[in-house]
Amino acid sequence: MAVTATLPETMVPRPYLVDRVTADVSDTFTLVLKPQYGTEQFAFRPGQFNMLYLYGVGEVPISISGDPNDPQRLVHTVRALGTVTAAMQKLKRGSVVGVRGPFGSSWPIDQAEGADIVIIAGGVGLAPLRPAIYAILARRERYGRFVILYGARSPKDILFSRQLERWRSRLDTFVDVTVDRATGAWHGNVGVVTGLIGHGGFDADHTVAMICGPELMIRYGVLTLIDRGVRTNNIYVSMERNMKCAVGFCGHCQWGGNFVCRDGPVFSFDQIADIFQVREL
Amino acid sequence: MKPAGSTDPLPAIIDKGGLQVLIDALIGGGFTVIAPRLTDGVIALDTITSVDHLPAGATDEQEAGYYRVHDGGGGRLFDYATTPQGWKRYLYPPEERLWQAKREGAGFAIVEERAPVPRYAFLGVRACDLRAIGILDAVFDHGRSAEPRYVARRDQALIIGVNCTRAGSTCFCTSMGTGPAVGTGADLVLTEFGDDAAPALLVEARSPAGRKVFARLGGRQAAAEDIEAADAAVAKAATMVTRHMATDAAAILKRNLEHREWAKVAQRCLGCANCTLVCPTCFCGSVEDTTDLTGATAARWRRWDSCFTSDFSYIHGGSIRRSGASRYRQWMTHKLSHWWQQFGSSGCVGCGRCITWCPVGIDITEQVRRIKDSEGGPH
Repeated sequence: MAVTATLPETMVPRPYLVDRVTADVSDTFTLVLKPQYGTEQFAFRPGQFNMLYLYGVGEVPISISGDPNDPQRLVHTVRALGTVTAAMQKLKRGSVVGVRGPFGSSWPIDQAEGADIVIIAGGVGLAPLRPAIYAILARRERYGRFVILYGARSPKDILFSRQLERWRSRLDTFVDVTVDRATGAWHGNVGVVTGLIGHGGFDADHTVAMICGPELMIRYGVLTLIDRGVRTNNIYVSMERNMKCAVGFCGHCQWGGNFVCRDGPVFSFDQIADIFQVREL
Repeated sequence: MKPAGSTDPLPAIIDKGGLQVLIDALIGGGFTVIAPRLTDGVIALDTITSVDHLPAGATDEQEAGYYRVHDGGGGRLFDYATTPQGWKRYLYPPEERLWQAKREGAGFAIVEERAPVPRYAFLGVRACDLRAIGILDAVFDHGRSAEPRYVARRDQALIIGVNCTRAGSTCFCTSMGTGPAVGTGADLVLTEFGDDAAPALLVEARSPAGRKVFARLGGRQAAAEDIEAADAAVAKAATMVTRHMATDAAAILKRNLEHREWAKVAQRCLGCANCTLVCPTCFCGSVEDTTDLTGATAARWRRWDSCFTSDFSYIHGGSIRRSGASRYRQWMTHKLSHWWQQFGSSGCVGCGRCITWCPVGIDITEQVRRIKDSEGGPH
């Protein structure tokens, strides 16, 4: 009898309907998806990503930016940078997107209980961290101080600005925002986000830091945190590499001995300290 | 040669006619037989149906950037070193459609490929190449995920190993611990020995599937002196190996990710990707989406890819590995060092193909030595 082989779910996109598209900042938008068939809930851990497929266009890795406690709505925040993401920007309610996932490692939400939390995000790097913020705020009492530091290019590039304001209005959460270039009505911080580290205070011995943004920002963020006494195994970073298959077969996302799709995208810094500074690795 | 306490039958001796019996039995059993065959001036792997398709009397000459086939005139069927490519392409095809999708309203419907999985008998798998298959098994079938097509092809494949009785000049299996004698994983193992004009083949059965075929072979039971002669022929091959990989290659490369040798070798490396394509363990592939002209159907393809291409590491804004030096470093450190972290072994089996088929003759064993000999020097 002839033998055939069936591909696992992780290798074949499942159709999802676009429920809502929101323009966030200039080139960034948020898609809310729900399954086209059935009522499957999408369980994921903060920091994980999906492969989003547009029929006839292609597929891209996109972090999940929604609330892990609201698995009815699958949320992605996308920056239009290439062919596929530019086409995604034109999607409307009712459009169909293929989804594979969730893939990869996650932010240490459970392990960090009892510690002070410092979240450092740059640009659209706030999107993969938002599920972590939701998860921490959902059980805020289990953590020490909670600090969110965010940097954007200019005031109009501040992602999730209304949410940042809401979080900032809480008495148990410290939020500080900076911009690279100030414009007219901006009276806040100007400069790089790593310059905010220390604002809001934290107990270095008992702090877990989570960083996502441009690699240069991550580098200075890590160095500053280490300077201030945060342990390298308590500093977590989310890395970006060329994810194509997302299941550790295609090899494109390799970084040293890691498959970023599988061993990452979230790494504790002590896992990668020996390769982090090597250029073009 | 026969492990003590095994239930395997005593080895048999067959001749060319006996090998035809084996081939016929395999074809009768539903296998497509793949074996070395003289094709376009190289001894390549191809489908065979007759023992006459094997390259009788052919020998090869391999050097860095050099490959020639010679007619030795004798009757040996396996008197050459590695074929230009290994068996990877039969288990993990160079190009494969993963699925198709049909446009359906605003969306799409996936049509899975349901092609039957081919049933291969690999005839003439060398020790290094058998180890390479074992390495690919770890890549495509590990705890966290399994590639079902690879696994299905692999499960169905019958492997007939051939012990090497001659080493090519680019071979370095002895220092990788992979050859010249065929290790575990083969169903049957052949050793060619004796008279050059009409050599004998010693056949060992090493698995239940192998024993089933073995039972149909006929021939005569091997005598002690046959086994001795076959062992001696394999031992001689080991002494013919001239190239050697530094035993601590993994550690050397791990601590020399920044070394001036990477830039130096990049001045010679053409970035042609030959080494990755002939490597029996290189597994990187691209995942590409295509659409027909009408847009009615789309497909996802997987194709062999190489870390030597500049867009291999592309993310928005450009490639991570822009320089040739960084791409060469990726191939070599992955193969010899980072592979350990990923799969618990080296990714190199010492087959020497990357040396032979490098158009400028870059020698991976020499590259490791150069780094080792100049460690701690100016960068």
